[in-house]
Amino acid sequence: MRAAEDTTMETTNDQAAGIPGGTQKEDEKLTSEAAIETVGDITVENPRIQCHNVDVFYGDKQAIKNVSIEIGRNEVIAMIGPSGCGKSTFLRCLNRMNDIIESCVVKGDIQLDGNNIYSKSTDVVTLRAQVGMVFQRPNPFPKSIYENVAYGPRIHGLVDSKIDLDEAVENSLRRAGLWDEVKDRLQQPGTGLSGGQQQRLCIARTIAVRPEVILMDEPCSALDPIATAKIEELMDELSQNYTIVIVTHSMQQAARVSKRTAYFHLGELVEVGDTRRIFTNPQHRLTEGYITGRFG
Amino acid sequence: MICLLAGAAFVFGRHRAYATSGKSISTLHSLPGHYGLYALILTTLPAVALLMFWSMLAPRVIEVLLLADLPAAMQGWSQEQLGLLLNDVRNSLKGYSVASDNPELITQFGERYQDMEQASNWLLWITVLSLCAGGLAWAWYKIRADHPARHRVEAVAVTGLIACSLIALLTTIGIVLSVLFESLRFFQHVPVTEFLFGLDWSPQTAIREDQVGSSGAFGAVPLFAGTLLISAIAMLVAVPVGLMSSIYLAEYASQRIRTILKPLLEILAGIPTVVYGFFAALTVAPLVRDAGNWLGLEVASESALAAGLVMGIMIIPFVSSISDDVISAVPRAMREGSYGLGATQSETIRRVIIPAALPGIVGGILLAVSRAIGETMIVVMAAGLAANLTANPLEAVTTVTVQIVTLLVGDQEFDSPKTLAAFALGLTLFIVTLILNIIALQIVRRYREQYD
Repeated sequence: MRAAEDTTMETTNDQAAGIPGGTQKEDEKLTSEAAIETVGDITVENPRIQCHNVDVFYGDKQAIKNVSIEIGRNEVIAMIGPSGCGKSTFLRCLNRMNDIIESCVVKGDIQLDGNNIYSKSTDVVTLRAQVGMVFQRPNPFPKSIYENVAYGPRIHGLVDSKIDLDEAVENSLRRAGLWDEVKDRLQQPGTGLSGGQQQRLCIARTIAVRPEVILMDEPCSALDPIATAKIEELMDELSQNYTIVIVTHSMQQAARVSKRTAYFHLGELVEVGDTRRIFTNPQHRLTEGYITGRFG
Repeated sequence: MICLLAGAAFVFGRHRAYATSGKSISTLHSLPGHYGLYALILTTLPAVALLMFWSMLAPRVIEVLLLADLPAAMQGWSQEQLGLLLNDVRNSLKGYSVASDNPELITQFGERYQDMEQASNWLLWITVLSLCAGGLAWAWYKIRADHPARHRVEAVAVTGLIACSLIALLTTIGIVLSVLFESLRFFQHVPVTEFLFGLDWSPQTAIREDQVGSSGAFGAVPLFAGTLLISAIAMLVAVPVGLMSSIYLAEYASQRIRTILKPLLEILAGIPTVVYGFFAALTVAPLVRDAGNWLGLEVASESALAAGLVMGIMIIPFVSSISDDVISAVPRAMREGSYGLGATQSETIRRVIIPAALPGIVGGILLAVSRAIGETMIVVMAAGLAANLTANPLEAVTTVTVQIVTLLVGDQEFDSPKTLAAFALGLTLFIVTLILNIIALQIVRRYREQYD
């Protein structure tokens, strides 16, 4: 009981309290330095997204510090790190979901296919259609399964006729591996599906807008292992056509699904690299500490 | 006094529990506080009940005793005469001068009255205190380490809660029954069909037998038509305005504007309806009439339009406050899901948030409708008394509630069809709002099933 309390204390206070264990002093020294030099190669050939010196503030609090990274085409990149390290915040910068939060300010340069997404001429609506997002908890709309998937194509005017729409819905549901399970009950509410089905419905809904990049914010944290396995399988398939950025708490999941992994710590990008290398041969002390389970 | 005893009993109960447990809380069945409460309840509850009962019954008992040995000459007096006598006795005790036929009797009775009152008080205190002591002793006897005081205390608490909810229920039943019986009496004079389907309403009956007057016509259709007309106008104002303002407040307004605007809007709900009433009668009605005249329309100076407009304004806070709450309650995840697909704010509101919040919004609107139907003051002042059967909002109409008021403030005896008609109207109104509420619940439930 006491031990469990202690752990929660640490996770909520990890920014203030630092890291427990023998390395505390060294880690403090490291994190208190002006900036961490990111270890590993942040560049990729033929990048889709390029981030340079990104800072994010919530009011006075800085959540992301000077992060630079490139994300390639049809690449699955996992972002890992302890709670509060800013990985979700960073993910939400990529399709400007942080705009909804009033106190949030994003500085730096983020480019999608060479265009700065934070420039004035960028239309958030088009951006979010290009960069879709799947959330931590399945959040189907209170509509029928069909309407959930048809929502995106409708608001973006992607289809001309009912037949096209039917086709788009079927396609998206098929790609999300949900078609066979729901084809007989398309008119029933999406909220009536199981958690895993709901999450696949949300993925289908995202695909229906024909994005280029899919952001996934801990997509399996509310699901059981079987549903998780299905989603991971699906990610593998989707990676043939889409760039996928996934934030996850599960290192096994990162190891299973991603090609590259980025480790965040207290708002800074500590290490980036090939997933296998990160997990077998981490070069930064913090990365090693997290991966070997000394904190996080 | 009883409070002091109660406190003492609480402390005592705790100590007793402590003592019997061998100074260790963990061996007790319940927490020490429960034993304290247990002792407290046993000590005070019977005593308080007795106190209340006694103070209700004692005066009556004293009166009966007093009147039992009246002088022989007065034995044959009627109830009213005896009542007067007792009143005189009481007044003389309070020091008022009493004009009476035999002052000696009054003073004699006064003394005896006082004596008996004193005796009763003494008796009361003795019994109450002994009840307290008895309760305390019983608690002392009962409290052992394994005594389930917690269950006992909670049973008493539950009983208290049930009693409170029964009060509300019984009051409702009482109201319904009284209205129902008066209505039945009314329907002995006027057939139900005539009341429900008659198109003519003029409830003036003859006061004296020989008076040349109408026998009255009690067709309620014009009243319900008027009520519906005014409520419809009110809803036409309140629903769009209330809904739009709640959408603005919940979705677009910044935190600062919201903190200013929302209380301001809710002030509208706090304005007394009388104030709305004379605002409608003195400001809005002339405005409507002048505007109508300017357009070349003939407008009555007490028009349904004016009353409906003001009533609509009154209802805006009901609609907007409830809608605002349900819109704000739509989960954040729903908005993010929509924004994440590239929907704009207005698309998100129209296609996701409003459908999700619809059950609550419909509930709020129906609540506002029953409020509008039952509203009295505004229509009394602004809508007029003429029972016209019309759909023209520029004419004067009257409503059910207005007629109930006018029927009951008259000076006719209470069993004439005219006053009884008020109860029949009240019953019908009650049934209509009941049906509305049931429909509202059904709608809400159906949407719930679809959206949850």
